[in-house]
Amino acid sequence: MGLEINKLNKTFYNADDHTTIVALQDVSLRVDNGEFVSIIGPSGCGKTTILRIISGLEIPTAGDLYIHEKQAEPWNHVGFVFQEYALFPWRTVSENIQFGLEMKGLTKSEKKLRSNDYIHRFGLHGFEDTYPNELSGGMRQRVAIARTLVNDPSIILMDEPFGALDSQTRGQMQKFLLDIWRQSNKTILFVTHNIDEAVFLSQKVIGISKRPGSVQLSLNIDLPYPRDVTSDEFNRYRKEIIDFLNKQNIEQNG
Amino acid sequence: MNNKKIIFPLMLLVVWQVCSFAGILPHSKIPSPLEIIIALNELMLTGLPAGSSLITHGLYSLLRVICGFLLAGVIAIPCGIIIGWSKILREVCTPVIEIIRPIPPLAWIPLAILWFGIGLKSASFIIFLGCFFPILLSTISGVLAVDSILIDAARTLGAKEKDIFIKILIPGATPSIYTGVRIGMGIGWMTLVAAEFTGVKSGYGLGYMIMIARDIQRPDLVIAGMVTIGLVGYMLDTVLRVMEARSLRWRET
Repeated sequence: MGLEINKLNKTFYNADDHTTIVALQDVSLRVDNGEFVSIIGPSGCGKTTILRIISGLEIPTAGDLYIHEKQAEPWNHVGFVFQEYALFPWRTVSENIQFGLEMKGLTKSEKKLRSNDYIHRFGLHGFEDTYPNELSGGMRQRVAIARTLVNDPSIILMDEPFGALDSQTRGQMQKFLLDIWRQSNKTILFVTHNIDEAVFLSQKVIGISKRPGSVQLSLNIDLPYPRDVTSDEFNRYRKEIIDFLNKQNIEQNG
Repeated sequence: MNNKKIIFPLMLLVVWQVCSFAGILPHSKIPSPLEIIIALNELMLTGLPAGSSLITHGLYSLLRVICGFLLAGVIAIPCGIIIGWSKILREVCTPVIEIIRPIPPLAWIPLAILWFGIGLKSASFIIFLGCFFPILLSTISGVLAVDSILIDAARTLGAKEKDIFIKILIPGATPSIYTGVRIGMGIGWMTLVAAEFTGVKSGYGLGYMIMIARDIQRPDLVIAGMVTIGLVGYMLDTVLRVMEARSLRWRET
């Protein structure tokens, strides 16, 4: 088993006006080893908070988190890919990729060996000494994914990683991610608000309600890869998710 | 572009020279550019007082500024990073900083003389005060401006508190630190001359030299000293600008 969260609750306290916001209410979900699961939901529903709790960046108010059946230190198993790439602008491509290895105290030659492997596989050859602000959005996100994968986490959390890309680059990156996933057999938990992306990529789509977020939909996508976005089955899954999101909005407005 | 940079100052000098030549500007008060060049030459060769050349005065001034400036940097940058990082420290320190900061460095001169006597120590102390606050404040704001997502990213990659300090906060705050360092150096250099007017007995320093020139009623030497101060200040800033451009290559597109 890969990842399980059980009745997770998160309440944020605003010290300025002494208000509390219940971001998550009894969120439970499990992701099996090697599974690709997407989380979808209206904006502000706490999707990102779920990932931040799993990664250890946020502490839950209540609830349990199990990684490989242990209440484990997440850093060793979990990698995080951010929407805004979060590359270190003062580090070159290879220095960015090597950051995690540096933290592990690897020697210079080990770091170089491992980062070079990813530089080649990710089509970043020739850009080793380039700074992030000289790269396109797609390349930046490839660097960010490489920086996460080079540490060999078993679980990868991705927070709308392609949200800032134009649609063509986004399509390329989705195929690229699927290739990586199928080669590496990593567990991926992917947050998006893009319905097509969720159906195209994942084996299971989890729908979260408006705040306070809770799991309202769990939909298995039983389609073979690579998926045809124009097929009838694809559209049936899309419709199911659209209906779910519409219902969320109506409940919110009514 | 270079032409534009040179033409205007050149025109100004020509107009000045012509006005002096035509007798519009009184020589006893405002010497002409040529007279100032001659005065610079005199300061280089003979010195003021004789034997103390312009170079010696300049080096003494530079020594004082660099001592005060380095001390300010060594203290202000680490303090700024810690204050920027810790919200509690920031809340505690801000009122203290905001009260001490508006006190002009020159207002410290009497106290500096009481504490350190007249000499390198008190001059450097005054420079130190001039440099300290710009560097401190821009370091704090530089740390505050580090995108928190970079800290999150570092954490998810296994960074501990120490790594975040050294590998994220310091490089992230560097652009802002450089701004503070350059402003600090500028203020320090400006403060120096005034500090030397009162706080020097060794007989060297550009400010000290200017005071002697005043005592012997030589405006040409006074202005020559002022020109030197301007040029050295420009040179110092150029050195810092080059260092800045080198270490912040990543900012360029």
